[in-house]
Amino acid sequence: MGLAQLKTDTAIEIIPAAAATVHALNRPSPKREWLGKIPGALARNVLPPLLVIFVLLTIWQVACSHPGASLPPPTQVFTEAYDLIAYPFFNYGDQDIGLGWRVLVSLQRVAIGFGIAAIIGVLVGAVIGQSDWAMRGLDPVFQILRTVPPLAWLPLSLAAFRDSSPSAIFVIFITSVWPVIINTAVGVRNIPQDYRNVAQVLRLNPLEFFYKIMVPSAAPYIFTGLRIGIGLSWLAIVAAEMLTGGVGIGFFIWDAWNSSRLSDIIVALIYIGVTGFLLDKLVSAVGRIVTRGA
Amino acid sequence: MSTPMKTHLKLDHVDKTFERGGVKSHVLRDINLQIAEGEYVSMIGHSGCGKSTLLNLIAGLIPVTAGAVLLDNQEVNQPGPERAVVFQNHSLLPWLTVYENVNLAVSKVFSSTKTKAERHDWVMRNLDLVQMAHAKDKRPSEISGGMKQRVGIARALSMEPKVLLLDEPFGALDALTRAHLQDAVMEIHSRLGNTMIMITHDVDEAVLLSDRIVMMTNGPAATIGEVLRVPLKRPRRRLELASDATYLKCREAVLKFLYERHRFVEAAE
Repeated sequence: MGLAQLKTDTAIEIIPAAAATVHALNRPSPKREWLGKIPGALARNVLPPLLVIFVLLTIWQVACSHPGASLPPPTQVFTEAYDLIAYPFFNYGDQDIGLGWRVLVSLQRVAIGFGIAAIIGVLVGAVIGQSDWAMRGLDPVFQILRTVPPLAWLPLSLAAFRDSSPSAIFVIFITSVWPVIINTAVGVRNIPQDYRNVAQVLRLNPLEFFYKIMVPSAAPYIFTGLRIGIGLSWLAIVAAEMLTGGVGIGFFIWDAWNSSRLSDIIVALIYIGVTGFLLDKLVSAVGRIVTRGA
Repeated sequence: MSTPMKTHLKLDHVDKTFERGGVKSHVLRDINLQIAEGEYVSMIGHSGCGKSTLLNLIAGLIPVTAGAVLLDNQEVNQPGPERAVVFQNHSLLPWLTVYENVNLAVSKVFSSTKTKAERHDWVMRNLDLVQMAHAKDKRPSEISGGMKQRVGIARALSMEPKVLLLDEPFGALDALTRAHLQDAVMEIHSRLGNTMIMITHDVDEAVLLSDRIVMMTNGPAATIGEVLRVPLKRPRRRLELASDATYLKCREAVLKFLYERHRFVEAAE
């Protein structure tokens, strides 16, 4: 069975390729490039924020320096609240503790409330995402409930739990659970049919489907929900603690206001802001690690 | 197939109607087909003729409206590993490595019949079969389309299916990669003797690989138009076949069916 048997009307000409010449390329060594990038990246990412902070502090200093100013300038804040800034973890007993400790107390409440919200949110979201009926029935309810401000839940919560600590935790839970539920449900609905087919062919049971397909596939959505949730938790805890008391950072602000320690409030605000920022980065970092493949 | 073999898979008056929002669409009607063990059957037809639907019916991913799909005289009414599917777009789980993707199937199907060490060996054997053992720790996003499809085939084969269903397995690949994979599938088929059913819209591919080619009429309510037996000896080599008279005749028969008697008409919707 040779090619010769094939009838051809036109002859095909095959041209052999000429030998190619190889050119050596002069490339700079990769090590040098890499070394040169570090100061550049540092300058790009660190210098601008430092500069902006310096400018803002200067404006603040100028604006609040005249006699009779209602807010203290940065220099006064620094001298008045030096203890709080320099020693975050001092402990002189009961109510006289460093801001680091207070933040940790608040974080502990957030950890409990947000932890419960994360678990329940993912489970409920998974169930709702799987069922068209549950989605249609519950979605409007959730959309309404999620707009209720955290503090609006507090009186009900206090009435139900009759104690401030579980009430504060409940407020965190109820504030942060909605974005987790809604995002998980959307993530589950968006699981590609292909993955469902694979699961069906393998006859995965519902539990296996949940942790082998559903959670990894919906992970990017789940982590979006968790990230929104942790931000809301931190907002809620500070507000809730102002009303429920205790040793958290929220109550500290309220207490400082009652004794007119404005400098302390300003330092506490910075603590809260930095902590919230770190929480957000933490959740998004965990999310990036967990969803690295998806 | 020169020697008659006993029926392995049987499609018995299979009908499929989809209903959506009160609108019924008749996709497949009166499909009758008997497939012997070890046979390689291709289904070819224009797009929209319901060939993928037919494969999904055999897989059990969707239920038949009337009639029955029988595998070894057992009615198919749900998906299962004995009818493994190689999906069109590989459908590997992107968060798992190549090894883990195959192992997901192996550890589920052989959870009680193989020890952990045996399961590991089995995963590696199937990856070897498709020449993908070297990339076992890579994720799907790190390998090429052809390699992904190889892993998809390894995953399906690792379930030791009675019937391997291939849904346009090479459709998304470039021509050269496709040829490589076709050779790989032929090689696997000759080695393991699996029953294989493949959906395709590539005439050469159908003739090269199949024992029989099932040609589908156009939808709606498509059915089997003709069945062509491909009497080419195995092993088949694409270069030799390029000028083989039988090959060319088979090819012509399929082309005539598709472009003369059942030309694709654009639906006037």
